[in-house]
Amino acid sequence: MIERTPIFNLVCYTILALGLVIALLPFAIVIIASTLDLHAVNTVPMPLTPSVHFWENLQAAWVRADLGNKLVHSIIFAVSVAAGKVILSSMAAFTIVYFRFPGRYVIFWLIFITLMLPLEVRIVPTYSIAANALQPFQAILDVTGLTSLIAYLFGIQVKLEWGLLNSYPGLVLPLVATATGTFLYRQFYLTIPDELAEASKMDGSGPVRFFLDILLPLSRANMIALFTIMFVWAWNQYLWPLLITTDPKFGIAVTELKTLIPSEFGLPDWNVAMAGTLIIMSPPLILVILMQRWFVRGLISTEK
Amino acid sequence: MEKRVTFSSTTVGLLFALPMLLLIFVFFYWPSAQAVYWAFTLEQPWGGGNAWVGFDNFRQLLSDPVYWGAISRSLVFALSSTAIAMGMALILALLTDREMRGHKIYRSVFIWPYAIAAPALGLAFRFILAPEAGLLSIINQVWPGLWNPALDGKDAMIAVIVAFSWKYIGYNFIFFLSALQGIPRSLTEAAAMDGSGPLRRIFDMQLPLLTPTLFFLLVINITESFQDSFGIVDVMTQGGPARATELMVYKIYFDGFKGLDYSGAAAQSIILMLLVILLTIFQFRFIERRVHYK
Repeated sequence: MIERTPIFNLVCYTILALGLVIALLPFAIVIIASTLDLHAVNTVPMPLTPSVHFWENLQAAWVRADLGNKLVHSIIFAVSVAAGKVILSSMAAFTIVYFRFPGRYVIFWLIFITLMLPLEVRIVPTYSIAANALQPFQAILDVTGLTSLIAYLFGIQVKLEWGLLNSYPGLVLPLVATATGTFLYRQFYLTIPDELAEASKMDGSGPVRFFLDILLPLSRANMIALFTIMFVWAWNQYLWPLLITTDPKFGIAVTELKTLIPSEFGLPDWNVAMAGTLIIMSPPLILVILMQRWFVRGLISTEK
Repeated sequence: MEKRVTFSSTTVGLLFALPMLLLIFVFFYWPSAQAVYWAFTLEQPWGGGNAWVGFDNFRQLLSDPVYWGAISRSLVFALSSTAIAMGMALILALLTDREMRGHKIYRSVFIWPYAIAAPALGLAFRFILAPEAGLLSIINQVWPGLWNPALDGKDAMIAVIVAFSWKYIGYNFIFFLSALQGIPRSLTEAAAMDGSGPLRRIFDMQLPLLTPTLFFLLVINITESFQDSFGIVDVMTQGGPARATELMVYKIYFDGFKGLDYSGAAAQSIILMLLVILLTIFQFRFIERRVHYK
């Protein structure tokens, strides 16, 4: 603050306090509602003091949404997406920044264009690949006549098949296949002084050695930032997991929210629904609170 | 920007990029090409592959008032939620940037909404805004039947917009605040020295310096409102009542996966993809002209 502006400050505090209420009210309602019993949650106006039924509501939601299994699936899913992003994009960015060869710009643009279209926008075509992820290669073999050639020469009919429905690769791979992290790494690699590469080349290290021993240790901060943001992003994915997990036993936590919607008949048990919501929304929230600095940093540098 | 020192081994370079290239080929380029193929063909009802139909799918789509309804609802949704989310985030960021007492708390709490999954906050807001229980039901006790998102399309749209805007206040806040903190303190002090008060500084100094961020967020908010709205709509209203909240991505999902009309859904996807690409190009034109004050 530079000058004394008591009246303006008072206005500021009022608006900020109002903002705080708007930001926190939904959290408060979810938490309070999950401590009430069935009758109290349906009274109008809703009581704003917590009651003692928190534990039993959590248990009811846990059973109804099968959260024991689904949370484990969600964690495996989100960690794999985040780890896949961190590893693959650091490698792809290495190629883009540190190599000179014909066609380098083609690779750069091929990866860059994927930033434009998020998965939700191209959901129908992407889903078509889920039944068989090797379908593009099969089609290429068919069109180039290699299938019939192989059938003729070796008497084997080539049939490449890899179904992705209800599998972790199916959940994870399409979400990893975008350029978000690649550009975070690209920007970072560009800030690394040329002298480092020069020195390690002089010491006789090749590109792989340089990548593993110099670049990776230097980009630790980037890794944490990217991992945090990608974990939250993956945990909160909804449409793709909804389509790819057709088996009710293999689902993730966020898609289970639908089973928590109270039925329209009888007294709606919002207390259980809110308890389930609380459990499902907690992991990314806790991560953001604990790793706020990294989250903000990751968000700003991946998007810009 | 280019590196002066590089490695020359083409094989190693290609190998490093190969996993990413394979993934985007299988999950991005191939499906996108296939969507184009589907959009121009129609599956035969008795099998035997797809028949080429040219622009028929698009013609059918664009002469369908239901589709135009989805487009206009998506625009209403995009513009109003963007206005609310960006407006409130801007005000909160400007005030938090004054670094008054407790600004660390504000800085942390205003980010929280963005950590919540869209369907989770959809369910929370479905309860908060429910007509018969929750917080807003008080309205119905005073004026019975005034608020009912389950029956009234306008109320349902408002409910969806409120839920979405709440989440994106957090998102916009992060970007606004980081842009504001990038403004050199010497500039603020010089302005104060010349006698401009805090409001004057906001309008004559901070807002002009924020224009690149404003444009960037405008585009991101609109594209996000196309995609991230799906979870909220699916949990809160399922497109209802009477299609009142059926947005573009929801309609694609509904036609393609519930109605099994792949060609129609593919044509819709193509239109949506073109729309998003146009927005992105627009954004890059503005980013090129962005102000640098470092």
